[in-house]
Formats: sequence, C-alpha cells, structure tokens
Amino acid sequence: MRIPESGGGGRAGRVEFAERALAEEVFASIDPRILRRFLGYLGPYRVRLVLVLASVAVYTAAQVGLPLAIRAAVDSAIGRSAGSLQDALVIFGALAVLNGVFGFLQDWSAARLAQQVIFDLRRNMFSHLQDVSLTFFDHTHVGRLMSRLTGDVNALQEFLEQSISAISDFFVLACIICVLLLMNWQLGLVTLTVLPLLVAIRAMWLPWAQKKFRRARDSSSTVTAALAENINGIRTVQESRREDLNFERFRILALDNLQALLESAMASQLMVPTVDILTGVSMAIVVMVGGRAVLHGTLGVGAIVAFIFYVQRFLDPIRNLSMQYTVLQRATAASHRIFEVLDVPLDITDVPNATVLAAEEPSIEFRHVTFGYRPGRPVLRDISLRIEPYQCVALVGPTGSGKTSIAGLIHRFYDVWEGEVRIGGRDVRQVSQASLGKTIAMVLQEPFLFSGTIMENLRFNSGADAPSIIAAARAVNAHDFILRLPEGYETNLRQRGRNLSIGQRQLLSFARALIANPKILILDEATANVDSFTEQEIQRALRVLLKGRTSIVIAHRLATIRDADRIIVLDHGAVVEQGTHAELLGGDGLYASLHRSAAGSFDD
Amino acid sequence: MLNMVDTASPSRVFDMKTLPRVLGRLTRLSLRYPWRAALAVFFATGAAILNIVTPHLLGEAVDQASNLLRHGRASQGAVLDRLLNIGLLIVAASAARGGFTGAYGYLGENIAQRVGCDLRLAFFEKLQRLSFSYHDRVHSGDLIARGILDLEGVRAFLESGVLRAVTLVLLLGFGTWRLSHTDGPTGLLALSFVPFVIWRAARMGALLRLKWMLLQEQMSLLSRSMEENLQGVRVVRAFSAKLFELSKFDKWADAALQLCNQRITIRMGTTSVMTSAYYGAMVLVLWVGGHRIATGHLTVGGLTEILTFMTILQLPLRQVGMIVNSGARAASCGERLFEVLDLEPAVRDAVGARDLVVTEGLLRFEHVDFSYDHPGEKILSDVSFALQRGKTLGIVGPPGSGKSTIAQLIARFYDIDGGRISIDGQDIRSVTLSSLRRAVALVQQEIFLFDTSVQENVAYADPWVDNERVMEAAAVAQIHDHVAGLPKGYGTLVGERGVALSGGQRQRMSIARGLVAAPDIMVFDDATAAIDAVTERRIHGGLKKAVRSMATIIIAHRLSSLMHADEIIVLDHGRIVERGTHARLLGQDGLYAALWRLQNRLEKQQGAVAPDPVTGALS
Repeated sequence: MRIPESGGGGRAGRVEFAERALAEEVFASIDPRILRRFLGYLGPYRVRLVLVLASVAVYTAAQVGLPLAIRAAVDSAIGRSAGSLQDALVIFGALAVLNGVFGFLQDWSAARLAQQVIFDLRRNMFSHLQDVSLTFFDHTHVGRLMSRLTGDVNALQEFLEQSISAISDFFVLACIICVLLLMNWQLGLVTLTVLPLLVAIRAMWLPWAQKKFRRARDSSSTVTAALAENINGIRTVQESRREDLNFERFRILALDNLQALLESAMASQLMVPTVDILTGVSMAIVVMVGGRAVLHGTLGVGAIVAFIFYVQRFLDPIRNLSMQYTVLQRATAASHRIFEVLDVPLDITDVPNATVLAAEEPSIEFRHVTFGYRPGRPVLRDISLRIEPYQCVALVGPTGSGKTSIAGLIHRFYDVWEGEVRIGGRDVRQVSQASLGKTIAMVLQEPFLFSGTIMENLRFNSGADAPSIIAAARAVNAHDFILRLPEGYETNLRQRGRNLSIGQRQLLSFARALIANPKILILDEATANVDSFTEQEIQRALRVLLKGRTSIVIAHRLATIRDADRIIVLDHGAVVEQGTHAELLGGDGLYASLHRSAAGSFDD
Repeated sequence: MLNMVDTASPSRVFDMKTLPRVLGRLTRLSLRYPWRAALAVFFATGAAILNIVTPHLLGEAVDQASNLLRHGRASQGAVLDRLLNIGLLIVAASAARGGFTGAYGYLGENIAQRVGCDLRLAFFEKLQRLSFSYHDRVHSGDLIARGILDLEGVRAFLESGVLRAVTLVLLLGFGTWRLSHTDGPTGLLALSFVPFVIWRAARMGALLRLKWMLLQEQMSLLSRSMEENLQGVRVVRAFSAKLFELSKFDKWADAALQLCNQRITIRMGTTSVMTSAYYGAMVLVLWVGGHRIATGHLTVGGLTEILTFMTILQLPLRQVGMIVNSGARAASCGERLFEVLDLEPAVRDAVGARDLVVTEGLLRFEHVDFSYDHPGEKILSDVSFALQRGKTLGIVGPPGSGKSTIAQLIARFYDIDGGRISIDGQDIRSVTLSSLRRAVALVQQEIFLFDTSVQENVAYADPWVDNERVMEAAAVAQIHDHVAGLPKGYGTLVGERGVALSGGQRQRMSIARGLVAAPDIMVFDDATAAIDAVTERRIHGGLKKAVRSMATIIIAHRLSSLMHADEIIVLDHGRIVERGTHARLLGQDGLYAALWRLQNRLEKQQGAVAPDPVTGALS
C-alpha cells in the first residue's frame, strides 16, 4: 500500500478540544506516522499476525495457480499437453482446497485480529479517560468524546477490515502480473497497459468524486441534526405553532440533501462503465494478440483461457482501491481524534511510593493555597484554613467565589498552583488517590444516578450487602418511597432516574454516600427546585448523613448554614469572614448583606 | 445476557407476517417513480444479456484460436479477421454492459434516495402532528434513531437488495438457457453449485442479521455505560470507582467482542464453503467438459464460455446473503417506520373546525375530568374555574396534584375525558388547533433552546416580529441586559441546548419567548422557580402592563409567587380542595394555610425576612 506523503507532519501537539468542532476535515490528508502508531497496537498479537500473513501467501498462491491448472486441463483436453486431464484436475482440486482453507484462515484470523485491536484501542481510551484530570472534562463535551469512542473507533474498524482484504488483493494482483509476464511477456505487457490507464483515470476522477461524496455527507448530517432538534424540541414547536414553517425549512434541507446524494451516486456509478470498458479492452487484446501468438506457436489455447481468467480479476483491486482510499482518509482522521484523547496528559498521578491514608484523624487544612483553571487567572488566592476532625463547615459566597474549587482540591481533582492541601496532616499529593477516594466522598449538586437498579446504584462500588444498603436508605428516609416503586429496590432506573423526582434522586445520592461511609464528606447542596415538603425530608436526611464525619457543605439553604459549626464566607477567592451564624450576623460584613438580600436561599 | 438471547429469537429476524407486507409496501413506494423503475429493469435486463454475450464471444475466440492450431496457416487470414471482429465486439459488449450496469445502479440509487427523501419528509411531518400523549410515551432518542437508522435500512434494501435480486434472477435465467444450448450436461454441472450456494448464503444472511441485532443491543449497553461514566465523571471520581467502572466496561465489551467473533466465524465459514462449492463444480465441469471435448460434443471455446460464465455468476450469488440480510433489516425497519407513519394524532382539528375568535378573553373549565391513559388513574376530577382578561389565577398543590396538566389542557395538548373547556364560549375542541395555540402561551420551567441565535429563540413563536418587540419582551423578562452584554447581543448563538445560560437565565428567556407571542391567555408553569425573589418581583412589575390585556395563570410552589392572584385554587389529587383569595385561604386554615406556615417557618427558622402575609412585601 502506497501512502502519499502529505504536509501533515508538523500539525501534532496538544490541541484544545472544545475549539475544534469544525476542524475534523482538516485531517483528511494522510499522515503515515499516525498509521504507524496505530499499527503499533498489533504488537502484542505478532503470532496471529504472522499466521494471517502466511495464510495470505498460501491463499494468493492458490488463487494464482487455479487458472494455470485450468490451462493444463484445457491443453490436455485438446491433446496439446503431455499431462493427463486427470492430473490437471487433481492439481486443480488440491489448489481449490488450499484456496478454501487458507482463504478462510486469512479472512477469519485477520477479521478477529482487527476486532481485537479495535476493542483494545477503545479500552485504552476509556481507561485513559478514567485518569485524565477533571480540567479536561470541564471543557470537553461528553458527546464529542462519545463520538470518538464509538464513531471514530468504528471508522478504524471498517478500515482495518477492508485493508486486510486490500492487502491480499494486492498480493494477488502482483502475482497475476508476474504470471502473465512469465507465460508470455509480450502478451502480458500489452494486456497490462490498461492498468496504468485505469490508475490515471481514477486519479483524475477521485478529487472530483470526493467533493461530491463530502457534500453528500455534510448535507446528510445537516438533515439529521435538523430532524433531531425538531424531535427534541417538539413541545416547543407545537406550542409555538411552528409546524408549517419548520416543515418548509426541513423540506429545503432534505431536497438539497437528495440532490447531493444523487450527484454522489452519479459520481460513483461513473466508474462502473470505465472499469468494464477497460476490462473489455484487455480481453480484446488477449483475443487478438493472443490469437496471433497461437498462430506463431508461442502460446497455447489453454494459456489464452488462463489469460482470460486473470484479466477478469485484475482490475478489481484497483477498483476497490477507490473505496479504500476514502476509508483510509476517514481512518486517518479518526485515528487523529482517537490519539488526541490518548495523548491528553495525565496531570494528576500518584507519586512513586505514595502513602496510604488510613488511620489519620480526618482534619482538612489549606496552607497558602493559590489555584486556578487557566494560567494567570487564579480562582483561589493564598487561602489558608483549617477544619478540625468531625467539624461541619459551611462555605458561603457569591458565584465564582471559589467554593467548588475548594471542594475539588480536597479530593485532589486538581493540583494546587502554590501552597498545599493536607488531609489528616498529609499533603494530598503524597498519598495514593485510591486511599484518598476511600476517605472522602462527595455529594454533588445535581444528583447523578446510573442506569441499573436502585440497589446497584446505592451499592455502586462499595460492595455492601443488601441489609446494610436498606439500613442506609432507611436512615435517609429513602426507604419508603423506594418500596412504593413497582419493583422496590430492584426497580430499574430508566434514563438515569428521570422517572424519579429530583428530591428522590437527591435522597438516593445521600444513601449512596452513606453506604460508602467516608470519614470526610463534601456536599454541594442542591439548589434545584424542590417543593417545601421534600425539602424538609432532605434536611432531615442531611443531618443523618453529616453525623460523625468531617464535612464541608457548599451551602445554599439557610437551614444548612445555621446548623454548621462554622461558616466560611468566600469572595473573589479569599476568605473574607468566618464564624458562627450568630457571630457573622452580628458583624456587618458580606454575610450579613447576603443574608439580607436573599430571602430563603443564598442563590444568586 | 441469557434473556437477551431469548428475546432475539429467529422469529425476530423473519417475521413472516410482517415481512411480505412491509416489503410489498416498500416496493409500491418505489413505483411512485414508474418510468425510472421501468428504465432500471430495462437496463438490468440489458446488462444480464450482455453478461452472457461476453463469455460467448470469448468462447468463440478460443475456438477460432484452436482452429488456427488445427488447420494451420491455411485459414490464417480469415481467422485473424474473425478474431479482430470478436475483439471489437468484446470491447463494444463490455462498454455496453458497463453502461447498462452503471445506469441501472444509478437509477436504483435514484429511486431509493427519492423514496428515502419522501419517507423522511413524511416522518418529520407526522412527528410534528402527533400529540403530546405520543411524545410522552416514546423516547425522543428512539424517534431520532427511527428517522435515521430505520430509514437507512429501508433505503439500502431498495437501493441494492431489490436490484441485486432482479439481476440475479435475470442472470440465472438467461445463463441457464444459454449454457444448456452450449452443452447440456456440462452446462447443468456448471450451475449445480447454484442452489447450494443460494441456500448457504440465505442462511448466512439470516444468521448474520440475528447476530447483528444481538450485537447492537450489546454495543448500545456498552455505549450507554461509557456515556454515563463520562457524564457522571465527578461521581466516579468522588467515589474513586475507576476499577469498578472498568470491570463494568469489560463485561459489556467482552460480550460484544464475542458476538463480533461469532459473526466473523459465520461469515468467513460460509464464504469458504460457498467458494469450495464453486470450485467443486468447476472440477466437475473440467472433468466432464474435458471428456466431451475429447469426444467432440463440446469445443474448447464452449468450455471457456461455461467457465467464464461461472466466474461472472460467482459475485451475484454471494450477494444472496446480503439480499436476505437487507430484506430482513428492511422488514423490521420498515415496520417501525410505518408504525409511526400510520398513526393518527390523538388530538387534531375536528371536521369543520373554525378559527377561535377571542372577544372577552374568558377561559372557562367546566367539570373537567382527565387521565393520561384512559381508563387510567384520574389526574383531574371535576375541575371548574373561570378566568377573564386582566385577571390572574394562581394554582398551587403538592407534586403530582395535576397543576401542570391544567396548563397543557388549555392549549389542548391532550383531550379531556369529561366536562368542557371553552374560550369565550367556544369549546376548544371545536376550533382549529393553530388558532387556539396562537391564543395561549405556555411558559415552562424547562425551556428548550434551539441551536440558533437568541433573537430567533425569543421570537420563536412569531419569527417575523420586529426587533423592538423582542427587546421589549426581553426587558420585561429581565434578560435584556444580559443579552445586550453578550459579544454579539441578540445575534449570539445559544449553543446546543443553551449550555451557556444559567437556569435562571433560561427561565427568563422562556418568559420572553412567551411574551413575544402576545397571547390572550398566558400560563406560567413554575416558570420562576430558578429565579431569585428579587428578580421575580421585578419581572412581575414589568408584566403589569402586559397582563392587563390577557388572562394569566400562575402555577408555583413558592406561594409568594402567586399570593396576589385574583383567585387561587389549591389542588390535591386532581381535585380543587380550596379556592379563594390569599387572605380568605389563610382564614380557612386548610392545606394552603398549612403550606404558607411551612414555607414561612422554614424561612423564619432560618432567620430570613418573611414576606408580609397580607401585602407580600418584604418588610
């Protein structure tokens, strides 16, 4: 396979994901280094690869040998050969068996190998994504990652499957050329003249056709996007009586798409007569030039039959190449995007000999911490604070004051720029992430549940048994509503719990945290709209949850704030006040004024 | 895993009841383009004939060449002339065959794409007309998949399945006729592998289809588990659940890989069996043919013709698997597609419906009963109220008491089971849906933002409204300042599903959208839940002018949002349990008063300043 050199070399490097939605086609040129890296995934399967290549070799030999056996058979049938018909047929039969067996082995082992490599690649990506820092997820759409994990991986799969058959096609082609030249080099040469002709025609046709193909693809995805948006927003469409207008707009898109598809169909069908004409020409050459050679006694009739057999086949690989090239381009673009994911650097890793956090008292300390998400824009500035074991601290402050960042730093979702964060007296960078995870649990503002049963969701990765799970659910008052569901704890959460109210989901996420039984709990209180009845239950559950742990609550509700042992008021990344509710109300600082302006909640 | 195998029984691949019906209907759809279809068949026939002409010419050439050998130089000139003619004929036949093949290929694709486009438009239009009860039931992702994948499945069958079947039948027909003329016994042997290969290929097509469906299920589980992992990355990290998640991934991925491998074995195994049958037949042909040449029943050219035809036949035969596969796919895809297309919207214009004429702007509910699926749980029973222009109705009640349902019934997104809803005396079932919905605007808690500019989103209900009105509405909804501050102002794209806006901002956009519509009846369905109290008061202030010309319904959890309403109804389990003004309801000491105390106590406890029970003003 010849890969054209391209100017794609210097384009590598780290790229911002978020800004690259439209840059996909840029990679349509083929970068050999990408392919080489991709082929590196074959490394662990060297033995299987050798098996594939050996099968290809035997298969090719059988393929090329079969017409020769036909030649022998024909020649002996018309008495022009010393060998008997029977011998020729035995050889033919043997070749056919080899062809069948090794054809199977070649395709079967190659396809399985390709499949294995594809699954390995996907697992590598997925596993890598488990380790990249949250900063990456902060500005990367999950949808885009998913399209890499599915769409791009599939594109590679298609490429691998096709390239295997292409490789064997080319082996066959090369051998056919050799055999033709060996049988009769003059006739062989003349017959082969159609090959460069086809290559030249294809080279002219390809850029033009590809433009058509791309336009068809683009307009198809536009139509798809329009359809999806209209379905997702159908309620708004009907409420706004936009049906007629939207249909008219969609019709314009659909008709434009139809036009593009028809043009691309025309472009691809044009190659059919071209290849057929050239095949016809090569056959005519065999007949005319070969006939003359028979006359001169330089060629047997059987050889002409064999030639006809070869000629029928040898344009196929080149015709397939046109498809192959498009697939190859798509695969290169796909590998680019896949390796982009794999190349996201791991910012946060365990240091060698990281210690395990176990028996330490769960205190939290920030020492002169400065931190931000973008260089030059610190979110926290030189913050120092200490939370004693089993204390409950409420963090309060306007949006952007750094509350969530503090929570993230305790769990070491991010690393500080300056200063240090200590848990139980140890720098979080010196302890293993796994033990940090066992010590700390978080409850997020938006309760996130997974597909699966309620039991599975509550257990999550804790391995807890059913009685202790039920006990936890009771403790946070979730037990009753769970039992009211059709299948109780075995009820499947459809669409990640959309069939539950947000308050119920919140209670489940409390139970999940309770089952994990962490020493330190970080809670980002939900602000979402819960009615007054549910809110009371949540407040009760919260008290159970926080008992006997060191806790940090990013608090929005006054009830939670009042219950805290201490309140820390943040503004612009600095601690501006701290103390109890009463102390802070007495002073005349930010807390008192926030409190005055916000009736009932601290949301802004 | 086990129960999945059960559900994907072979009957799912071939449902003999639906298959002929669906495929027949699809074929009829392509007959909407009769002259293209006729031309396609014409070209296919031509190509099939030319496919037997070429082998014949080649055979003839070989005979001529062997004549040269037999007769020596005597006939040299004539034979070479003849070979030249044959050569030219071969080029002509190949060119014609190529042209015909390309032409019918293009026409097939043309018809299929046109039918696909027709179906796509019909599908889009049908979904727009189907009422909420349908969209409640069917997941939007499922509908999108139908519109894309099922449509593609149907199209692919029309494009290649049908044409391949036609080509194969023609080729076999002409071929049998021609080969039996060349030499009966040898010709029959040459075709002997055909039934076997068709059988194996068809079986493979069905098996692959079955495994494919299983694989799709497995892959969607895998994708879902990956997607949830990424969406819930914070939870996964918060619980350090990496290994747990990887083991989940491995479970799904291994199952999927196994299915992939099974598919590979089926495909490759069958292919090699078919190839072996083909070569087996060829050995027989050579054996018998060789002897018949020796006995003079067959010429070398005749043998060549037979062998060449066999190679031509090989490809279309292998494609039987694809035909079967795509037929099975099209049957199930078409079934799902037609199911949608054949639905009648539950809510539609009555025969002879007239446009709604709003005069007084009087909305009346009279003893309304409603359930989402009759005979199901009653959501509303015996609900009656009247509301006129310039007045405000507040609706309050625990979750699930039927508040939002009332909002949806006014615009007739569902039909009621009993009672009557009327606007200025006209039953809403007797007027056209579009005039009714023009008169009613719903502002909901969750706004759907389209992937376009702020301007177009706010003006969604009235795309031709002038900019002034849009800005005015935005100003009342307290979103104008924010929008004006964006880099491109009202031209800013809101991004997919409005990711860049906060919950409160989205709700304010929603209010602005409702105001642009200039409705006669406006319903705020918990539309200010994410908006802070101060902003909400400002919005209410701005609305003062607008609400004078319309009837307003406010549905809310927060009593302070609706305490000023002219009438408040309290719903519980779909019934009105209390009604009256704020002051009267407090006096009744019922559910409303309890709720009021609860909300105030929460706030009092928290030391917040509670609104004055009478004026609602913050002291």
